[in-house]
Amino acid sequence: MIHIDVGTVLRGTVCDLYSNLVTRPTGAAVRTAIERQVTEIGAPVVTTIDFSQVNLLDFSCADEIVAKLLLRYTSDDGPPGYLTFRGIHEGHIDPIETVLERHALALVSWHEGEAELFGYVDDDERDHWLAVRDNGPLAAAAVATLLDVPVAFAETQLERLARRRLIMRHEQTYAVPGVVPHGPSAAPGTGTGMQ
Amino acid sequence: MTTVISVPPSLDEHTFEQVIEQLATTPEGSKILLDARHARWASPYGLTALLCVAQSRTERMGFAVPENPDTVSYWSRTGFFRYAAELYDMHGSVPRSREAHESDVLLEITPITKSDDVHGVVGRIQQKAADILHGQLNLDTAVTGAFGMTLSESCQNIVEHAGLGGWVAVQTYKYTRRLGRRVVVIAVCDAGVGFRKSLESSPGHRHKDRWDDAMALEDAVLRAVSRFRHGDAGRGQGLAGIRRFVGRWHGKLTVRSGTARLGIIPEWDEDVPMTESLPYFPGAQMQIIIPERVGDAPARPRAAATATASRGRSRM
Repeated sequence: MIHIDVGTVLRGTVCDLYSNLVTRPTGAAVRTAIERQVTEIGAPVVTTIDFSQVNLLDFSCADEIVAKLLLRYTSDDGPPGYLTFRGIHEGHIDPIETVLERHALALVSWHEGEAELFGYVDDDERDHWLAVRDNGPLAAAAVATLLDVPVAFAETQLERLARRRLIMRHEQTYAVPGVVPHGPSAAPGTGTGMQ
Repeated sequence: MTTVISVPPSLDEHTFEQVIEQLATTPEGSKILLDARHARWASPYGLTALLCVAQSRTERMGFAVPENPDTVSYWSRTGFFRYAAELYDMHGSVPRSREAHESDVLLEITPITKSDDVHGVVGRIQQKAADILHGQLNLDTAVTGAFGMTLSESCQNIVEHAGLGGWVAVQTYKYTRRLGRRVVVIAVCDAGVGFRKSLESSPGHRHKDRWDDAMALEDAVLRAVSRFRHGDAGRGQGLAGIRRFVGRWHGKLTVRSGTARLGIIPEWDEDVPMTESLPYFPGAQMQIIIPERVGDAPARPRAAATATASRGRSRM
């Protein structure tokens, strides 16, 4: 798991006087630097993009950084691993949600020790994601029992979420990215939030 | 012979049309003097648009400065003469440049030519904007970030689309005539290519049966079309975001480009949503007005509920 502080990346790559993520060239430069860091480290399982040191985020930067990183991760030839976010404050939500909806994307963000789902998800995806968040790591059959849906339906929804990198599949169980199960054969509901 | 164009005593986005009308009937190549001697007041839109007038013609124009010392003093504090002297042959007494210490000048007239300028504007205005928007206009603290975003996106339109530098200014004043309340006003003006030509330069642009400045404004402001949308679906969100910001805070947005002017009009104003067949003026001239919140009633009626609900849905 690696942690990338966007504020530090901004000051280190664009200008050490800037504290606001504004303009498209700035967003593109920060995204490129983040991709370089991830490549150099060698595709970790979970990469956390931390916005807590970012004061202002505009639509252009939200699109260049959040949307384009997610588009890359969710593409067929995207890098392995998962992208999570943290430090998203109230002022960031509007630009981030706007770009997520524009591209039909969603992301997992960690806030005060709890995972949150932002963006474009339908009701079934949301229900399954919440079941995994609140009770995971879980197998599809356990999710189906919790939601009172057929197992095949739960499997389909969970695989959709996994393809969108909104949950991680480990052997037969699913967990939210950023949660580390306690031990190799953890019981349901024993995962620990690591963000 | 010199053509004298009179600047109205009170110069705002409406009376500026008188300047454009006079300019439009003056042939290219004419010697022009902009006569502001009788001007007494100008909005940020008026002042930034006056700078664009100089950029709209190839021949250098003359500019007769206001006679009223208070007007000269105020225009000086907005930074107007600093840039006017670079663009016009000045006639009359021009005071030396001074810093704007007045609290109502939130951001002096500032040139925007590159992305770094946008960082400078947003960085400079942040603390003062928070003080004024929250302290004086009684808006809740969430407005400050959205205000910065709006400023950033509106300035980026110049950098990305105008093909020529433009100007931004932000000011607060009492909007007596329409509202009887204080307002904060952002003006962003350029004399560049304008919305229609910008959209026409997109590889994906297809000429429609009806295609003019009004259609281009509707595409860009209401339908979030951008010349960069072809191949990049993420483009065009800036103006949509500005529109949402204006709706949420019960404000007014007007954009003039070429021969048309589009407005997002709140109920406190009687302006029209679209004006066509105006005299041509190059580039794009945008004005955003956010009013003071009075009493407990938030100045963000219907649109605010939608925005909050949308946020609430996703954040679980």
